[in-house]
Amino acid sequence: MKELSVNHLLGIKYITKNDIDLIFETADQFKEVINRPIKKVPSLQHITIANIFFENSTRTKLSFELAQKRLSADVMSFSAAQSSVKKGETLIDTVNNILSMKVDMVVMRHSDPGAAHFLSRNVKASIVNAGDGAHEHPTQALLDSFSIRERLGEVGGKKVVIVGDVLHSRVALSNIFALQMQGAEVMVCGPKTLIPRYITELGVKYEPNLRKALEWCDVANMLRVQNERLDVNYFPSTREYAQQYGVDKALLDSLNKEIIIMHPGPINRGVEITSDVADSQQSVILDQVENGVAVRMAVIYLLASKIK
Amino acid sequence: MSSKLLLTSKEVDIILHRLACQLIEKHNDFSNTVLIGIQPRGKFLADRITDVLKNDYGITDIELGFLDITFFRDDFRRGDKTLEANKTQIDFLVEDKKVVFIDDVLYTGRSIRAALTAIQSFGRPNEIELLVLIDRRYSRHLPIQPDYRGRQVDAFNDERVKVQWKDVDASEDEVYLISNPINL
Repeated sequence: MKELSVNHLLGIKYITKNDIDLIFETADQFKEVINRPIKKVPSLQHITIANIFFENSTRTKLSFELAQKRLSADVMSFSAAQSSVKKGETLIDTVNNILSMKVDMVVMRHSDPGAAHFLSRNVKASIVNAGDGAHEHPTQALLDSFSIRERLGEVGGKKVVIVGDVLHSRVALSNIFALQMQGAEVMVCGPKTLIPRYITELGVKYEPNLRKALEWCDVANMLRVQNERLDVNYFPSTREYAQQYGVDKALLDSLNKEIIIMHPGPINRGVEITSDVADSQQSVILDQVENGVAVRMAVIYLLASKIK
Repeated sequence: MSSKLLLTSKEVDIILHRLACQLIEKHNDFSNTVLIGIQPRGKFLADRITDVLKNDYGITDIELGFLDITFFRDDFRRGDKTLEANKTQIDFLVEDKKVVFIDDVLYTGRSIRAALTAIQSFGRPNEIELLVLIDRRYSRHLPIQPDYRGRQVDAFNDERVKVQWKDVDASEDEVYLISNPINL
């Protein structure tokens, strides 16, 4: 029987290649569903899901909510700003209160790494990690790989470079795990101050020069400079970062092959990439957003099917 | 495990032609009718009927689609059914059209119930009919009956009717009744 090997989606490092294949096959069908005149399926009409976001998010939160509603689930969204967390309630208490309203699944984003893991061991619900600190963001990595597979046919054997602030990026780490599991080669590129010191221990190459990295790769995943996580000055100025590690159309056109540009969003136009790159034929950024809904529908559907 | 041959390839061929003729009697030139094969196995029957209509009866302009009902099933989370979704391909609207669902075996009727809900995502059909190759008698869980049937078969609950298609699963079209099926 085809089902996931896990009961929660806490991170890419806890799932298998078969899980990834199953999620993608299911997401293919959901992508067709969200392009129909009526974009709903009734599968999850008996399931209640709580989205608990302790960190700000527009894109991920909306994407999850949309995915859940398209599956006909009942959805409650809770964000930290307007909540009892401000009154000093602990994480477990907050979630247990929500669970005593009989919620089947929790999608959580939290600033502490391991928060989702902690929750899965202490509360009775299926947990989906929507980002825990700088640790993992599994659904983002899945939709990124799905988008590569859509454009290039498969991920195995492809060369992917992750450019930018890898140090603070949960997107980068989840992507590294996912890409390697599918047989892709991974390189990171960025100022030395923003690359974790022992990143090559993960089997990943490091290239400080952007042009060389882009000449090598088939796909470039551009990370956002996360100003909110920069406690010290990791680079002299945004302008210098953009000059060394930003991609513009001239650079893209001067390469010896056509590469694909990805970005998890939100884009700082003119910093990581310029507008003409973001809007070009080589960019799959908007496909990533559409695929995000389909992939999240697949993850939620497959996890829900294990709730008896 | 024993298997009994219910229909030989010659009999299947005759049935396909008869079903095609019955469809033409009701739907004429198919200008207002669409055929929908229910995934996964109804697809093959739908393809064959369309071929017969095109090659032997000159009906060339037929809208054919395939509908996957996995997300509309009523047994989600209740048991060990496989969760493999297949492709849905309906490149036209069914609004105001006559729809003919095509499936290989009609057993409990739950797949067709799911299909009746699923098709609403593509519009509001004028009329929906059901065509099946094998109608398993006395085993319906719901009040659903075929409008066109190939052969009616009596079978026990633990028996399985398997339709094998030429060039897909076997060298000839054949229909078998399998007793004590193990992982077919």
